This record gives sequence, C-alpha cells and structure tokens, in this order.
Amino acid sequence: MTLAPETTDLKVQLRLGDSWFTICDLNVLLPGRGVAALLPDGRQAAVFRDRTGNLYAVDNRDPFGGAAVLSRGLTGSHQGRPFVASPLLKQRFDLATGQCLDDDTVRITAYEVRAR
Amino acid sequence: MTTDTPTIVLVGHGMVGQRFLEALAERGLTATHRVVVLCEEPRPAYDRVALTSYFSGKTPEDLSMTDMEFIEKHSIELRVGDPAETVDRSSRTVTARSGQTFAYDTLVLATGSYPFVPPVPNKDATGCFVYRTIEDLLAIEEYAKTATTGAVVGGGLLGLEAAGALKGLGLTSHIVEFAPRLMPVQVDEGGGAALLRTIEDMGLSVHTGVGTQEIAVDADGAVTGMKLSDGSELSTDLVVFSAGVRPRDQLARASGLTVGERGGITVDEQCRTVNDPHVFAIGECALAADGRVYGLVAPGYEQAETAAATIAADEASFTGADLSTKLKLLGVDVASFGDAHGTADDCLDVVYSDSRAGLYKKLVIGRDGTLLGGILVGDAEAYGTLRALTGSVPPISPESLVLPAGSGAPAQLGPAALPDDAIICSCNNVRKGTIRDAVTEHRCTTVPEVKKCTKAGTTCGSCVKVLGQLVTAELEAGGVEVDKGLCGCFAQTREELYEIVLALRINTYQDLLDRYGRENARGGDGCEICKPAVASIIASLAPTIGASGYVLDGEQAALQDSNDHFLANLQKNGSYSVVPRIPGGEITPEGLIVIGEIARDFGLYTKITGGQRIDMFGARVEQLPLIWTRLVDAGFESGHAYGKSLRTVKSCVGQTWCRYGVQDSVRMAIDLELRYRGLRSPHKLKSAVSGCARECAEAQSKDFGVIATAGGWNLYVAGNGGATPRHADLLAQDLTDTELIKLIDRFLMFYIRTADRLERTSTWLERIPGGLDHVRDVVVEDSLGICEELETLMAAHVANYRDEWSDTINDPEKLARFVSFVNAPDTPDPVVGFVPERDQIKPDLPLLSIGLRPADDVLEGTAQR
Repeated sequence: MTLAPETTDLKVQLRLGDSWFTICDLNVLLPGRGVAALLPDGRQAAVFRDRTGNLYAVDNRDPFGGAAVLSRGLTGSHQGRPFVASPLLKQRFDLATGQCLDDDTVRITAYEVRAR
Repeated sequence: MTTDTPTIVLVGHGMVGQRFLEALAERGLTATHRVVVLCEEPRPAYDRVALTSYFSGKTPEDLSMTDMEFIEKHSIELRVGDPAETVDRSSRTVTARSGQTFAYDTLVLATGSYPFVPPVPNKDATGCFVYRTIEDLLAIEEYAKTATTGAVVGGGLLGLEAAGALKGLGLTSHIVEFAPRLMPVQVDEGGGAALLRTIEDMGLSVHTGVGTQEIAVDADGAVTGMKLSDGSELSTDLVVFSAGVRPRDQLARASGLTVGERGGITVDEQCRTVNDPHVFAIGECALAADGRVYGLVAPGYEQAETAAATIAADEASFTGADLSTKLKLLGVDVASFGDAHGTADDCLDVVYSDSRAGLYKKLVIGRDGTLLGGILVGDAEAYGTLRALTGSVPPISPESLVLPAGSGAPAQLGPAALPDDAIICSCNNVRKGTIRDAVTEHRCTTVPEVKKCTKAGTTCGSCVKVLGQLVTAELEAGGVEVDKGLCGCFAQTREELYEIVLALRINTYQDLLDRYGRENARGGDGCEICKPAVASIIASLAPTIGASGYVLDGEQAALQDSNDHFLANLQKNGSYSVVPRIPGGEITPEGLIVIGEIARDFGLYTKITGGQRIDMFGARVEQLPLIWTRLVDAGFESGHAYGKSLRTVKSCVGQTWCRYGVQDSVRMAIDLELRYRGLRSPHKLKSAVSGCARECAEAQSKDFGVIATAGGWNLYVAGNGGATPRHADLLAQDLTDTELIKLIDRFLMFYIRTADRLERTSTWLERIPGGLDHVRDVVVEDSLGICEELETLMAAHVANYRDEWSDTINDPEKLARFVSFVNAPDTPDPVVGFVPERDQIKPDLPLLSIGLRPADDVLEGTAQR
C-alpha cells in the first residue's frame, strides 16, 4: 500500500542503543536541509532528508570548529554518497558513516534513523 | 556446499584477517572456495589502531572495518564469538568453542597478539586492566566512574594512548616506564626528553626508570596502589598494563607447529608455516622469514596479501618490512624511520633540539652522505620526504632538512626532488613512479582517483599531502586540460549556467541538475558549491524566469548557504550577527536608539562596520525573529550582510554640509542602495559615493564607486580593498543622475551574467578577454546589443524587491525553522556561550566539551599508523 506522505503522520526516530528516540514529524524535514535535535544525554544530532526521502543523522558538532552547527550545513552527494558541508569551514562529512571526506583521520558519529 | 569445494579456514578476524579476506575476494578465491572465519571477539574486525578514539566519541560501530555486505556477497561464513580451540593437522580439521568441527584444505592463523602483563603480585586484582580490545575499553570506562587516579604500566605507544584516555576520563594519570625514557623503541634519549616535556605539560605524571614490583590491594582485593622498584609507592585506584604484546601462538604450539624462541609462528617468505604447507600464519602472531615479529598493521597487511597470493598460486613473498612510523600521540607528532637509532657502522647524527618548544629532530647519515634514518618529535612535517629519501644521498645538505624555517637555510624540498623509486606510501608500498604513472597512463586527475588507482594514501594518510603535490606537478607537466566545470555536478561554467537558466526559463535547481548536470550527478543531491551558485542565479533572475523572489521559498530554501538560510551571519560559536540596512550611512537619532535598545535587551555585542552601519553580534538562532520583529516595527530592513548581494553604499556628507562638496552624495548613495538592495550576485557588492574629488567615501576601492564633479558624476568600477587591493577604473565621466543609474544597471547585470562564482568585480575585470575596454564597449557603446535586456532585467529586480525579513516574520512556517532544536525549541544551544570583554560580550567556545564523555583535547590526537 502506498501512502501519500502528507496524509500520514510519520515520525522521525533516531536509534539510541536498543531503543528509538522520536525527534519530530517527518514533514518538518525540508529535503536538502537539516534540523538539530537534542538527545536525552545532552548530545546533539543533525538530522537530514535528501531529495529521494532518505533520512540521515550525524553528530551536530563540527569537530574542526567546535560549534554545534552541522545541521545548518548544505547537503549534497558525491559519487552517490550523501554528505553535509560544515557551514563554518566547509569540510564535508559522509552522512551515512560520519567520515570526513576532506580529512581521512576525522569521523563523527552517525546515527541510525527511520520514519514511522 | 558440496564436499569437493576446497575450504579455507581463517582463525582470527582482526584488521589483518579482514585484509586477508579482501585479498581472497580480489583474487576470486571466495568464488572457488568455501571460506570459514572463526572470530573470538564478540564483534567482527574493527580498527584497533584507532581504538583510543572510542574515548573521543567514536562508537564501536564507527570503528568497525567490516562491511557485512562484503561478507554476504562473498558467502563468507563469519562466526563471531566462536574462537578456534584445537587444530588437528593430521585430519586437517579445526574445532571451535561451539563444538563444531571444520575440515580445511588451507588454514590461515591470524590470531594476533595478547597484552603482556608482568608477573607481579596481585596483577589480576580488581581494577587491573589491559588495553587491547573494545571490551577492555568498556571495562575501563565503567571502572573509572568510581576512580580518581589511574596508572599505566608502560610508556610506549599504547601506554601513552592509555594514559591520555584515563586523563580524558577525568582521572589523575601516571605513566610508569621501566626504560629511562618514553617510547624507548621509537625514539632515542633526546627525542624522549622532548616528548617528556610535552607530555608533562599536559598534566600527566611520568615515572621513568622504575619497574612495578607489586600491586597493592585492599581487603576486598581491589587496587589501592603500586609498589615501585625505587622503593616508592604510588597510590592509584586503577592500573592499566600496557607493557607490550606477545604473539598468540598457543593454538599453533598445541598442534605441533614450530614457534620462535620468543614466540611467534615460524613462517617462510610466503607466510606458510615451516612444518605444514597447508597452514599459513599472518600478522602479529607470525614470526616472519627475516626473524622478526611485526607489530604494525602495514606489514600485517602485506603478509595478508602474500598469503592470499600464494593460495592463488601467484608469486609473492614477504621478506621484511619498513618499520617507519608517524603518529600523533596526545597531539604530539612523533615519527621514526629507517635506522632511527644509528646502528650502522660509522654513521653520524645530525641533531636539532629545542626542548623548550618540545622539538627534537635527528637524522642518521652514513659516511658517504646517505640518509639512513631519523627521528622527529614535535614536528614531523618533513617525514614524507625524508622517509622517501632514506637510502639515498639527499640533494641538499641534511642540516637544512631539519632546521626550523627561518633559521639560516630553511629548505623546502618538494617531492619533485625524489627519485621515481622513492617510496611515497609505505603502508601500501607505493613508489613515486607508480603515482606518476597513475596520472600519465591511467589518466587520474585528482588525489582521490590516484588513491583508488594505486592504494597510496589509503591506510594512514600521512603521505596524502605529498601525493597532492605529485599529482598537481604531474598534471601541469603533462599539460592536462583542467576541467573548467563549476563543480563535480556541472560541467558548465557559472556563466553558461546563467545563460541556460535565462534562455530556457529554468526556475528550479533540480530541473537544471537533472537536465544539464553531469551524467553521474543527475537525480542526485548536488553539492555545496553548485547549490548556492544556482540559487544566486535563480534569485538574480527571479522575476524574469518566474521564480519566487523570496530566498526561503520552497526549494530555494534548501539551496542557500547557512547565512542566507537564517538571514544572518554565522559566527564561530554558532551564534549570529545582525545588520539592519542603514542606506548611505544616514540614520536618525530614533533609529540609533532603537538599535541600542535592542542590542541592550538581547545582550548583543555592537560594533560599527566599515560600511557605515551597525553590527550586532551574539544572537542565538531562536532570537533572530524576536530581534527582527522589533527592527521591522521601527522601519528597518535586512542589510543583506549575509548574502552575496549588495552590502552598502557608503557616502561622505556631501554638498549639503561640507564646504567642498559639489553634489549631494548622501542622496545619491541612498538612491543607489535602495535601488540595488537585495540583488543577488556572484559575490558581494560594495559601493560608495563621494561628494567631491577629495574622495572621503573611498569610492575608488569599491565594486562601483561614484565621485561627484562640477558637471555631474564620474563612475568607477571594479575596485577592491581586502587582500588584493585594486583601484577602480574610470568607466564614464560627467554623467547625469539618469545616465549614471542606467550605466550602473548595465554594468551590474553584465557582471552577474558573466562572472564566475565568488568572483569579485575586480578579478572578473582582470580575467575577461578585453578587460575594461570590452566592458566599456558592451555597457557604454552597446556593442553586443544587449543593453536593453540588461536594463529590463534590472528593472524587474527593482520592481519586485521585497524585504526578506519582513516577509519572514509574517510567515509562521518559515519562523518555525528558527529554533535551536526541533524537539526542544525552548532549550538554547548550550554550546553558544559568552564571557565578558571590555564591557561587552565575546564568544566562549567550549571546544570539544559536547556530549557526556569528558573528552579532553589530548584525546584528539590518536595514533595514525
């Protein structure tokens, strides 16, 4: 069965350990843009949706600059891999793995995320 | 699985085991063989080299090196948590802990090593740990919650990492090293001294030259301290043994295979055990043909490749490996290469030492001038070049290679000076010639392509910088045509995209990407380069192509750079600055008071800008709508300080007040600023109007500047301040108001049409063929017949301008984006903090304090081998 997205009230959920943590309604996520979410332990996640509807979440903190701003970065795809570019100094991070594409030695946490 | 499929059983799934599986798959052996992997740990192969990064926030999943798709695709039977218990070589079977028995045709032992724990009393007490697996780290982390002090036995590589980790967990940390210096294997006395100073400056206590005699315990058997060989006692709640590793060869011993005197399964140059042609050993458990056990991952990888090649009946051998290492340890660069300790006969040292700065550099030089090896502590910048030069006579004197820049003869020896057989990537054994071939013969044009083609730079990454220099040099030498496309998504230049958008009235980014993007980028998500560039083109042409002129509408919102998306300027700590438009720099006392009150009420830092307006810093994202509601109520508009668009038109006070003024420069500045406000362009636009030739408004340093004359206005274009100042060129003289505006309209639209992204008017004018004369022909003489169109485009912009902040505060859906957290909109971002300075505030950025783990700076530097 196919449901038109606007008639559903899907929630975006993040995997934390063995449970799923609800972030927001799916329709709040603008394709190509991120939102920041506060996790129960005080950490922050940046949650994104790409144009085909895939969801991604990584740590919100820019490991180079220190500010929690990755959710405000521009997204894109590089050789089929989704990424976000930090709004501070533009380093790119693979959204699926958290790997920094401009510095092999840097990787940020990537979270499992789903809509249901 | 049919019984006649030959079976390979791999015992151990660490980094080397995983590389072996990949090597099997590359040779097609996974298709012809049944492959069974017995893995002791509860998780498949992970990056043990980066183990410590767990404490700086990486999860066990982040560290994983095993792609389960790869395992499934190659039908590898990976049995996690089921170690091999016995090997029966006569019947060629392995029995696992689960009781299951596997028959093998080939057995590969990759059992790794185990941490050596010195046989001191109470070494197994509660609170004693080793540092080898993720499980060890989890246990240390748990125990540290109730501890205040920790001690590490062993001042080698892993010991220092462990000590840094304990400090990161909030413990007072001690390092106890039996040798007289830290990292005795890698560095000599001088290097150890430089390292010691830096490590102690980080707050770690180092005890060298002492051994551990006994672990002191309380009545419950928990650690309370350590008794040291000099008679002293060190009280500590927790002890981590990190005194080296030993090969895990018990399984081999028990099955009758030969092992070395000091451990390690004896193998030949093909990594085959010397007793049994059906059994191989690779990695840290193997005693290689050169009589050494290698504890580094790179030689282990080479052994994995050798064993896989031999099984495939390819020729390969492992005869020994380079032990060069470069790592960042607790933030300190440490590198050693070649004959670091100068063991060769007759060799000489060249040493530069500055213990105040924590620097130590030593080169070992042979009698004939050959570079034999060296040690670098504190600054390992030259490592890539020096390691590659090892074994040859450097083309310049060795002293100049280690002296710091600026002291006499600082030498920058580029990779061009290296011979073709110099090894650039020692992890994967890639020579300079191979990298050059990748560019010249395999047509690689970028570093990622070369990495993929040659595998250079794919393991530790320490050679990537040299790699980049080599690729660039080779491309330039070969005259390879460089792709002029905007980015990886578009093969067109910005100018070409502008023409496509205008001619075909394309008004969405996705439409442009899917129709005109590069083949492999169509249908994708674009990138951070083309999205804002196309957003700018669409915004410049919005009324003409039927797009919304509001940058936060629909798809356009997703294309804007962060600043445009929040209509404010992002600052280093994640807060924003706010700049209302003050046209011409003219402001009423009431306007000043409103800005002052708002800044005071929101606690903002205020500063007068160079463009005659007021910048308010330190606004949290959720405060922006509140601030702008008050600004808009008082009649202010967006100043577009965040956009690639018109910033200010600065002015002097002009004829109205000034004794020298010949025209009303303030009025003209206001007229121009209001005409071009909101105009999106390839880069920011600045302007100024001076009321006389004294030029107090500095118009000749602007993108377009106007200077009053007795007969009207002179128009100057393409000036710039900034890093590369350029005086503007005179485009036309003695213009009337109408003529001036018409000419600026044409000039700006021609620039927007033909400039590259982020190209200021000054660089644009220098670049375009014909330069100033061409621009004058086009916009003054109308040589291309496009002036009417340029004027029409500008007229459409002027007619359709709307203040985007006013639109935003009246749009609840857009306002909902201005929150700190989507799930906690009322909680301010705790990272955004401020401290007082000179009666105002400044950002206080608590670097690396996010999350619950007290990850100290020292943990940033983890080993990169």
